[in-house]
Amino acid sequence: AAALSTVSSAYKVDETPTSREDVTTYNNYYEFGLDKADPAALSGDFKPLPWAIKVDGMVGKPGTFDLEQLLKDFPIEDRTYRMRCVEGWSMVIPWNGFPLAALLDKVEPLGSAKYVAFETVVRPEEMPGQKSVFQSLPWPYVEGLRLDEARHPLALLAVGLYGETLPNQNGAPIRLVVPWKYGFKGIKSIVRITLTDTQPVNTWQAANAREYGFYANVNPAVDHPRWSQATERRIGESGFFNAGRHPTLPFNGYADEVASLYAGMDLRTNF
Amino acid sequence: MKPTLRSSLKQWQPTLVWLTYAVGLAPAVWYFYLGATGGLGADPVKTFELFLGLWGLRFLILTLAVSPVRDLMGWNFIAYRRALGLLCFYYILLHFTVYLVLDQALDVTAVLNDTLKRPFIMFGMAGLAMLIPLALTSNRFSIRRMGAHWIRLHRLIYIIAACGVLHYALSTKVFSMEQLIYIGLIIALILYRSGRPILRNRKPRRYLTTSP
Repeated sequence: AAALSTVSSAYKVDETPTSREDVTTYNNYYEFGLDKADPAALSGDFKPLPWAIKVDGMVGKPGTFDLEQLLKDFPIEDRTYRMRCVEGWSMVIPWNGFPLAALLDKVEPLGSAKYVAFETVVRPEEMPGQKSVFQSLPWPYVEGLRLDEARHPLALLAVGLYGETLPNQNGAPIRLVVPWKYGFKGIKSIVRITLTDTQPVNTWQAANAREYGFYANVNPAVDHPRWSQATERRIGESGFFNAGRHPTLPFNGYADEVASLYAGMDLRTNF
Repeated sequence: MKPTLRSSLKQWQPTLVWLTYAVGLAPAVWYFYLGATGGLGADPVKTFELFLGLWGLRFLILTLAVSPVRDLMGWNFIAYRRALGLLCFYYILLHFTVYLVLDQALDVTAVLNDTLKRPFIMFGMAGLAMLIPLALTSNRFSIRRMGAHWIRLHRLIYIIAACGVLHYALSTKVFSMEQLIYIGLIIALILYRSGRPILRNRKPRRYLTTSP
């Protein structure tokens, strides 16, 4: 991981950040394997550079953007966010990145565009989880946001953590971070962004629509069918003699910023 | 007469049974040590919980495999079956204890809610509940006293195995290869048991009696 030159931002949290060790060795990235330790252990062959992102669909100025150029065009901000996994654990991660809105502005979405669809790279030769006989999910991994969610200032395209470029296991070289949603919405190693007028079906929703929805907003009041979402285990704090359980907050503690996006919606059905 | 391998094994059997318990519990002791000293990674409680559950399944598989191995290969490990079965019980009990104490921090309401609402936890709890009478009657006194009832009661192990498989299968987001192997083995052992009376009726019986 190479050092990034970053600027500070107002996006901070009071909690202590999770250690770099834990953030980079406890990952869900099924393209590299199902075990939490697999992504760190099995992503050595992945080559994140050079990298380009294609932005197309309902936009005035579609294009393919070179990552090196994007890093020059946008200031890279330090933003520490809480991260809550749908499995019931959480971290506090000092990300480095730029707002997704900045890239969207560059391509000038058309008035008809309502949603933003994202796609992860497919490279079976470099990603063991895409090559094995037994495939856990269909590839590419896809995700989506409503356009107003995507334009929200909290929505970040992260290119680093702890002031250095992203390690492969964390979604190098560029990934989405939407801190008020469950972690699986944070699609990794993004190669394509498409503006559309139809709601995209994200990978986990396609795999099991009863358990994973499109919105996936962190919500302690709506249980996952297989576990409660009322509390979470903070990684790094949970030792043998301290469960490290925290109450889970609505919208992961970002309700003041984002709750208005969902005014009038039933969050039990739109989970 | 020189002692044969078989007769010397017989002589050492009580020691070997105790050795089975000691070796069988060693993984739990080792992982507890690792966990208590910060050697189990970022999420030690979850790792320990999963580890104990997996060893419970492994001993369940070994317990169920004793009869088929004897039928199909002629190797008789019947003397170790009680130890294997009890090791399964100890691991599942530890698995539950870690969930209750270390994971849920003794939040009984959360545990009850989990049990009532989530099928995979329901199956796990049912399996543990059924293991208790089996563990309590795993002694010579109960076998003698209960007679045929004992055999009937201990057939519960197949229901327990089914609960264990469902608990494991429903607990993850997607199936892993490892998971499919365990599930496959347990299904095969349950199917073997349900087909065994037919096999026995067809073939001449190779064993006159199995009870002492």
